[in-house]
Amino acid sequence: MTPHMLTRSLDRGAAIFLAVVAACGILIPLSNLLLPAGSFLQVPTYLVALWGKYVCYAILALAIDLIWGYCGILSLGHGAFFALGGYAMGMYLMRQIGTRGVYGNPILPDFMVFLNYSKLPWTWYGFDMFWFAALMVLLVPGLLAFCFGWLAFRSRVTGVYLSIITQAMTYALLLAFFRNDFGFGGNNGLTDFKDILGFNVQAEGTRAALFALSCLALIASFLICRTVVSSKLGKVLIAIRDAESRSRFLGYRVESYKLFVFTLSACMAGVAGALYVPQVGIINPSEFAPGNSIEAVIWVAVGGRGTLVGAALGAIVVNYAKTFFTSGVLAPYWLFMLGALFILVTLLLPKGIVGTFNAWRDQSKEKRSALTTVSAAAEDGVTEPKMAE
Amino acid sequence: MLSNLSARLCSFVLSLFLIAFALPAFAGPFEDAVAKFANDDYSDTEEAIGTVASSGNKLAFPIISALQDGRLMADPDSKKVYVTGTDGKSIDAATGEAVASVPDSASAVRLNNRLRRSVDAALGSLTLQSPDLGARLQAAQSVFKSREETALEPVESALAKETNKSVKTALGEARAAILLFKSDATEVQKLEAVATIKARGDQDALALLSDIGTDQPASVTKAAASAIGSIQSSLAVWSTVQNAWYGLSLGSVLLLAAIGLAITFGVMGVINMAHGEMVMIGAYTTFVVQEVIRTRYPALFDYSLLIAVPLAFLVAGAIGMLIERSIIRFLYGRPLETLLATWGLSLVLQQAVRTMFGPTNREVGNPSWMSGAFELGQITITYNRLWILCFTLAVFAILLAMLRYSAIGLEMRAVTQNRRMAASMGIATSRVDALTFGLGSGIAGIAGVALSQIDNVSPNLGQSYIIDSFMVVVFGGVGNLWGTLVGAFTLGIANKFLEPVAGAVLGKIAILVLIILFIQKRPRGLFALKGRAVEA
Repeated sequence: MTPHMLTRSLDRGAAIFLAVVAACGILIPLSNLLLPAGSFLQVPTYLVALWGKYVCYAILALAIDLIWGYCGILSLGHGAFFALGGYAMGMYLMRQIGTRGVYGNPILPDFMVFLNYSKLPWTWYGFDMFWFAALMVLLVPGLLAFCFGWLAFRSRVTGVYLSIITQAMTYALLLAFFRNDFGFGGNNGLTDFKDILGFNVQAEGTRAALFALSCLALIASFLICRTVVSSKLGKVLIAIRDAESRSRFLGYRVESYKLFVFTLSACMAGVAGALYVPQVGIINPSEFAPGNSIEAVIWVAVGGRGTLVGAALGAIVVNYAKTFFTSGVLAPYWLFMLGALFILVTLLLPKGIVGTFNAWRDQSKEKRSALTTVSAAAEDGVTEPKMAE
Repeated sequence: MLSNLSARLCSFVLSLFLIAFALPAFAGPFEDAVAKFANDDYSDTEEAIGTVASSGNKLAFPIISALQDGRLMADPDSKKVYVTGTDGKSIDAATGEAVASVPDSASAVRLNNRLRRSVDAALGSLTLQSPDLGARLQAAQSVFKSREETALEPVESALAKETNKSVKTALGEARAAILLFKSDATEVQKLEAVATIKARGDQDALALLSDIGTDQPASVTKAAASAIGSIQSSLAVWSTVQNAWYGLSLGSVLLLAAIGLAITFGVMGVINMAHGEMVMIGAYTTFVVQEVIRTRYPALFDYSLLIAVPLAFLVAGAIGMLIERSIIRFLYGRPLETLLATWGLSLVLQQAVRTMFGPTNREVGNPSWMSGAFELGQITITYNRLWILCFTLAVFAILLAMLRYSAIGLEMRAVTQNRRMAASMGIATSRVDALTFGLGSGIAGIAGVALSQIDNVSPNLGQSYIIDSFMVVVFGGVGNLWGTLVGAFTLGIANKFLEPVAGAVLGKIAILVLIILFIQKRPRGLFALKGRAVEA
């Protein structure tokens, strides 16, 4: 990444966003750890974990926006990649429990002892090493997305067909992971984690560090997405989104572009899931539920598809609202609100919050620049209008 | 009725009599036999079972059945035996006299496996001549399974008196089972027995024939082996038939759920994620209709579904048209947005139903003509599944005829094929859109009426069908009702044939994976539309 690319890819909104995320990533853990408990400015540990969760969701939203907002692929199965990343991390955390489990088996996690496994299934080999688990966090979702995308894009499954079969994919995984004999904890999933890299998962310091790491991952994902969409590759993606057949006839290998961006997006979702699991302390098959994936899409729609800042913001806003409403007396009405959000955003705010704001700003800027151009032309005869941005 | 009453009266008088004159002089062979239960000796118990069963005493049946359930209590000290009823009240086994409580020293009479078989056989022969047809049939079946030699005589005497055909067959089979294992039966009798059991042809017959051992005459062993072969092959055929039937049944459910979707998604190109909720609304309409009938006009209960079908069509259809006018028409040509908006709608509808009717399952009853089952060869067919299959095919035929022959059907097809051309020919396309969407939703509502008979009526009812329905439509090919029909039955049958091999969940996963792979080969489904319309 050359400095030139970096500067070009950063407009003012993105810079503000990154600065805010970085500030949160530094200040919130510091305030949590250094200030005395109960102090006005101290952020309680539960809030650190909660916001850590939101940040992970924001990464997932970025991943969805990268393919939906910039390439027109609406995946209703991104929750599956998120959950797979989470399971990879969960498996590492399970193996770190060691003899501290209920049954005290040094190798087998509790649920395997309970289900009378005699030895570790091969799928669990290597997950006692962090580097291997971290690799799998990227590889498993990436590989699934690659195979799935290769099959789907090559035979030109597009639009709603793709959405429906991605939904079927996550549904199939949901059913599979619910099975006890599938070897990943069945119904109960993986939980009761103790250590991550030798640090206690429950400890305040670890939670603060995980939060800071999530913010770092959000910044990194944002920069990666930003680089992709502002490069020539990004332009081709947008061309594919707007006129797929035309891009193909112009000589671009549409399916290769799609496959690349789909796989990249799945890897990002996997990382988000891996960061999510130690912070919430559990991963179970319900993360594969098709509803979760669709909900993630609406975060992007609310924030503004095709604007990276919007996607991340949408995830945080909608999830904050969810926590706020589902914990109060309004809990029975939350689904009404969520449903209404789906309908109203698609009907009235198709560009989302940030997209609508951008459009409004561009419009007023255009007016202003038109004015300045006119006055400048009157002064010294310059006719070339200034480009917006 | 009268004989029952007189029997009760008799036993009442008898027990009064017994209470008044409980004298040792009463001891007879029956009482002696009963007392043997208290000896805690297996051979004594066996003798007692035989004597009690053949005594003809009224208490024989309660005693033997109590023995079977471990409710026969014997006191080794006083040699008294008690029958503890399932209601907790006890009687003296020898006299039938009610006792306040069984002494603590009494314990249940113990049985071993050999005795258990004699108990079964004794119970079998005790009920072989019961006036109740079901009890006779069951007794004959239990003799067939126990094949106790002592039961041969009662079976033969029952066979001579029996008039009912199915009981007669069962008794004949029971006799055959006994004869086949009786060491002193003639070879001819045994060969006849093998033939009778072969004619029965089910799993039990197979188990019986595989059990006969090596001490039989060679001809019998040979006949049994060939009978086993023929039963096995006929069972294999029947299990295929059964899988096919289950598959058809599942297919009809899938078709019913998907057929409305085939109209809204297939014909109009609208992704309606709230389609499942239309099914749910239909099911809840049935619930409301049945509630009203239960409280006001209980006599009409058998007609509740006939009333619910048109109502569900109207309710779901009206809601569908409302949705089309207020939301979907603004989103034509933006399928992905439609998908999201209708998903939101499905959340709202589910939550609305949850608020109105509560989150738990609601009770929807089967009318009498839909409950029960009948046997067809070796498989059982339940009436509700059969009716749903017929109903689905009827709905399909009506829909097809409507699209083909009615004016509105013609308009619908015209708008689907070329919207602008249709509009310029004077068709009010937006009205047709609303009606088409209403039709699709209404049919989903009808599906809900049928599904309420076999599934739980809960706010989540629709969600469990939505992915399957989409799979059916996508698999069958969009825009083609025949494709939906073929798709639904193919998926249903494939699912049911995979289930015994791979298990229910793995079978389902395999089907999903197969569909995903199938879409690779034929991205537009089995019966794809050809031509330019596809790209639009």
